[in-house]
Amino acid sequence: MLKVRDLSVAFRTEQGMVQAVDHVSFDVGEGELLGVVGESGSGKTVSLLAVMGLITDPNAVITGSIQYRGRELVGLKPRDMRALRGKEIAMIFQDPMTALTPVYTIGWQIAEQVLAHQKMSKAAAWQRAIDLLAEVNIPNPQEAVHRYPHQLSGGMRQRVVIAMALSCNPALLVADEPTTALDVTVQAQILDLLRKLRRNHGSAIVFITHDMGVMAEIADRMLVMYAGRVVERGKKEELFLAPLHPYTRALLDSIPPLTGVKPKRLRAIPGTPPNLLNRPPGCAFAPRCIERFEKCSAEPALGSGNHTAACFHVSA
Amino acid sequence: MIFSLIQRVAQMLFVMFGISVLVFLIFFATPGADPAARIAGRNASPEILEAVRKSFGFDQPIYVQYLTMMKKIFVTGDLTSFVNRGWKVVPAVMDTIPVTLSLVIGAAVLWVVFALLIGIAAAATRGTWVDKTLMMLGLIGISMPVYWLGEVMNLLSQSRYHDTWLFSWVPPLGYKNFSDDPKGWFLTLVIPWITLSILYIGLYGRVLRAAIVESLQEDYIRTARAKGLSETRILLRHALRTSLVAFVTLFGLDFGALVGGSALLTEVVFGLQGVGKLTYDALLNLDLPIIMTTVLYASFFVVAANAVVDILYMLLDPRVRTA
Repeated sequence: MLKVRDLSVAFRTEQGMVQAVDHVSFDVGEGELLGVVGESGSGKTVSLLAVMGLITDPNAVITGSIQYRGRELVGLKPRDMRALRGKEIAMIFQDPMTALTPVYTIGWQIAEQVLAHQKMSKAAAWQRAIDLLAEVNIPNPQEAVHRYPHQLSGGMRQRVVIAMALSCNPALLVADEPTTALDVTVQAQILDLLRKLRRNHGSAIVFITHDMGVMAEIADRMLVMYAGRVVERGKKEELFLAPLHPYTRALLDSIPPLTGVKPKRLRAIPGTPPNLLNRPPGCAFAPRCIERFEKCSAEPALGSGNHTAACFHVSA
Repeated sequence: MIFSLIQRVAQMLFVMFGISVLVFLIFFATPGADPAARIAGRNASPEILEAVRKSFGFDQPIYVQYLTMMKKIFVTGDLTSFVNRGWKVVPAVMDTIPVTLSLVIGAAVLWVVFALLIGIAAAATRGTWVDKTLMMLGLIGISMPVYWLGEVMNLLSQSRYHDTWLFSWVPPLGYKNFSDDPKGWFLTLVIPWITLSILYIGLYGRVLRAAIVESLQEDYIRTARAKGLSETRILLRHALRTSLVAFVTLFGLDFGALVGGSALLTEVVFGLQGVGKLTYDALLNLDLPIIMTTVLYASFFVVAANAVVDILYMLLDPRVRTA
């Protein structure tokens, strides 16, 4: 349903162009949950913000193609994009503490979105808000709709944000690290909730995270991003059991194994991601890679298979 | 909510009481100065001094003096100015209040409306030449001193161009009662309103623009965009709405101060007998009872305006309600 081809996002700065997303391609099937992993600054959020049409920076240059159910979203008129956004493609943000307008009740904010996209009475929209709050397991929804964001805990606010995203039954839901700002028990509840909603609504979900544990829980397929590029993609099982790219392997080594001998120390990846301003040619991960060899000074391409990595060890 | 309201009003009354005690002490219990002599004015005869002593109870303990003073101002209203030979102070102040209120409220309406328009327009077009022009005009408005602007207005409308179509409607300087002559009241005040409001239009327009632009960086604006709302709705219902708190704070302070007498320069330039003008005249001939009364009145107004602002906060920002 979502076909992204050669998507690039660059920001003009005083020092030059910062290539935040560099020729990224991926697909999302109907009802599928695609996990996007990568460390901070790897371009995962920016590429999905581009899909949402939410990059408002006038210095951003977006090229490539984003097709949603056959419609091209790059260069779509703001008005048409608006009609799609929130209705067919919805987004859940990372920090629920600041994602809601502080001066309106949560019922008002949910009803606002419903009314923006559907012709219905205010009373019906309000009822819809109550039903949605019940669906995301907020206790006592009749009373909760009158609450203001500051009266709710982080987990509750994230439920409200999810309820709002679901208000128009979107076909595609983009979740940008929805559990990162929450504590672990609440994280598990939110993941359960997303799984349940996916069953009930059949929405496709793009789930952005840097937490491999969360990925293992919920993803169908995964995309590993590094320095603005996709370095590996494949089914979750393939990625976890037979990672191809040294970066993916290093990511997996940096979380404690559930079975077998526990290592004394977890392996960290040495170094930091490259500066995206005037990046050097060749594989961006090479300077931190323990398996690098002569070929790595050239740019590896991502293969065409279902499970593939942008690494000369794989293609060679 | 109701409880915080009552609490706020009670707090206001307490502050007003405190101010009245403080003002009284400053004027009547300053060591080394005889309040009777000051009230009686320069070169007063011994008989008048004696009459003042008796009238204000200066032979009695200080709290009785305070109560006598408050009674004279608030209950019997018979506080007398000796400098101005038997002028009743309270009615004199009361006469000036409608003048100042007419001037300040009219100007306030103008400045709120235009500041909102300018602030919103500049925020909506931020970064473009429209925004830059509006902000430049705002800066010019802030930079023009009100007494100079008032005199220029007078020069244009009362003398140079008075006989042209543009200003022939402008009546001579002075104040007309609204109840006697509503049209005259309006016409005499139009130019003072504009003059007084220009500074505040510039100031508030700039403050509002900055607040809106700051709000537009917030995460909840991104959420609002993700909801698929129109840019207009995002600007007005989300960014503007959360920016109003700064606007209201500033408004409460300025409005209270202006009604309390800070519109003095405008009043003097346009020959309006308002509270500021009255205080100014009283200061010139050291008329203590009038100063005492207008200072009390002014501080009460500032306190009351702040209480109103706090109550508005509760309406504007749900986070304040429970606190």
